[in-house]
Amino acid sequence: MSVAKFAIIEAAPLDDTPRIDPALTERWLIEFLRDELVRRRGVENAVVGVSGGVDSAVVAFLCARALGPAHVLGVRMPYKTSSIESLEHGALVIEATGIQDRIIDISDAVDGYLRNEPDASAQRRGNVMARTRMIALFDQSAKIDGLPIGTGNKTERMFGYFTWHGDDSPPINPIGDLFKTQVWALARHLGVPAPIIDKPATADLIRGQTDEEDLGITYALADKILNRLLMGYTVADIIAAGYESKDVELVKRRVDSTHWKRHLATTALLSTTAINEFYLRPVDY
Amino acid sequence: MASAKQFGLALVQLAPRKGDLDANLRSVGQAFETLASGRGGLPDVIVFPEASLSGYFVEGGVRDVSLTANQAFRHLRRVAAAAAPKRSRFDVVLGFYERDAEGKLYNSALYATLGPDARLRHIHRKLFLPTYGVFDEERFVSRGRGVGVFETPHGRAAILICEDAVHSLSITVAALHGAQIIYIPSASPGRGMEGFEPANVGMWREITRVAAAEHGLFIAYAGLVGFEGGKGFTGSSRLVGPFGDLRVEAPFSGEAILRADVNLEDVAVARAALPALGDLEASLPELVPSLLNAPVQRRSGSAQKMRGSPMRKARANGERPKRAVVAGRNDGARTKRSAAARRSGAHAKKKAGKGR
Repeated sequence: MSVAKFAIIEAAPLDDTPRIDPALTERWLIEFLRDELVRRRGVENAVVGVSGGVDSAVVAFLCARALGPAHVLGVRMPYKTSSIESLEHGALVIEATGIQDRIIDISDAVDGYLRNEPDASAQRRGNVMARTRMIALFDQSAKIDGLPIGTGNKTERMFGYFTWHGDDSPPINPIGDLFKTQVWALARHLGVPAPIIDKPATADLIRGQTDEEDLGITYALADKILNRLLMGYTVADIIAAGYESKDVELVKRRVDSTHWKRHLATTALLSTTAINEFYLRPVDY
Repeated sequence: MASAKQFGLALVQLAPRKGDLDANLRSVGQAFETLASGRGGLPDVIVFPEASLSGYFVEGGVRDVSLTANQAFRHLRRVAAAAAPKRSRFDVVLGFYERDAEGKLYNSALYATLGPDARLRHIHRKLFLPTYGVFDEERFVSRGRGVGVFETPHGRAAILICEDAVHSLSITVAALHGAQIIYIPSASPGRGMEGFEPANVGMWREITRVAAAEHGLFIAYAGLVGFEGGKGFTGSSRLVGPFGDLRVEAPFSGEAILRADVNLEDVAVARAALPALGDLEASLPELVPSLLNAPVQRRSGSAQKMRGSPMRKARANGERPKRAVVAGRNDGARTKRSAAARRSGAHAKKKAGKGR
């Protein structure tokens, strides 16, 4: 048998998993928080709703490192049906970061409204809870001359898997351009306690709820498909690349049905000076 | 002070305050003061990034923040008079949003000499206005026309603004017109966090190194830093020598000033070692017809060849571009465009989403 004349070097197959360098991402987001809060707005305090999940844990870690733990208030906002585990995992975040701790039970506020809406569906009740938390976060921010910091990730934003003007409302969001799987990678790098990273993601608005059951797809798979979709590939392209059509179509359907959730109110255009149509100024102008 | 071929260069990367001219002029003055009080004193040329006087993303606010070139020049003279030692003379390259005499708006950069014999030597108006992805320039400013190469007290220079230099042809044009150094004021938002640095930082390093080596010239790149509405600019100001050698580079974040000495003799040495520019000049008569016969998608949407165009005829006759030496004080209005540019006219409900 003769010795091969040529060594064959094969390119690794393309992997659609969205990657980040966690150290670079941490550095970038810490600078982002300092720049947007302190330098541009002169605000030195931040308020984070600490749910016990990985998204808010990552944001709490980033804020603590950007501003110092004394300048970050972590607010846990349980409703009476929230799981004890969420509260406990929130405590792990508070302890690990050294940020300020506050528990605000939203049960009375939520129930006070829902008392007159006894037939409210689980979805409506969940939205009321999310919007009640939003009220608390903004009020706590006003109390300490701070700003609420958003905790929505790119996957849930693309899926519209959030309450409009609820959990998407904070004016500054460091992780909104990170897919969920990237948030997990960043969490590991930051030292977020393992139980928070390893547990199934949940909005915890209904007992036993998990994100992946709600969505009908795992984050790992959804992020790969979303990544291709956002790069500009068509559904047909992505199916041709080896993904199952039911998964690709599910992702596409969720994205297409929620564009409105990623915008402010649709405003009737009547003039040649309509805001954000003709009159265009960047957010920091 | 260095000899005619040697000069001191500083690249300033700064984070402007959005729309705050006074604050940004103070930053410019602080850069002058820092350099003047440091080792070596004021250098001969100080380069500032794109949109240094306003911030980059201004959208419809561009008219509010724009200045005529003369206004920008006068501001710089005043700042220099206050911040630099008396009688000091130095040159500045600075990016700003420009308003011309007719009210047209541009993303521009000026080259001016400050101090005794102060003069505005050149205005470059950005040719390639990125209007894709995060960029929307062409909605708000007009395109410049042409790449001008101009004489300075420190060699023949050209200015290209950010995206201008992504197109290697711009650098080739400047080199063919005799540029020894290209100044690139830039504002590059960081994106692509898969590696140890934002992907665009590496892209710019490669672009500037390859272009410098191919054409045997210096490239002085000054990048904006700071965040604007969530978009963080990636500084990475750098000087690349004509061998494609990276002389000095700033971090991708944080305000900083780089200093380096430039010896234009290196240009001749590099071009002797790698005569790519000379080879290009020799082959241009063969290449230009192919270039001009390439199908070009005109703005009407129809593809057409440039056969018969005045530019093609001139080039096909083997005419060499004449060096455009540009000088002017009045907002670029007296700026002479390069011969090639003049000939070419070149620029040529959905279901409710579920809350949870």
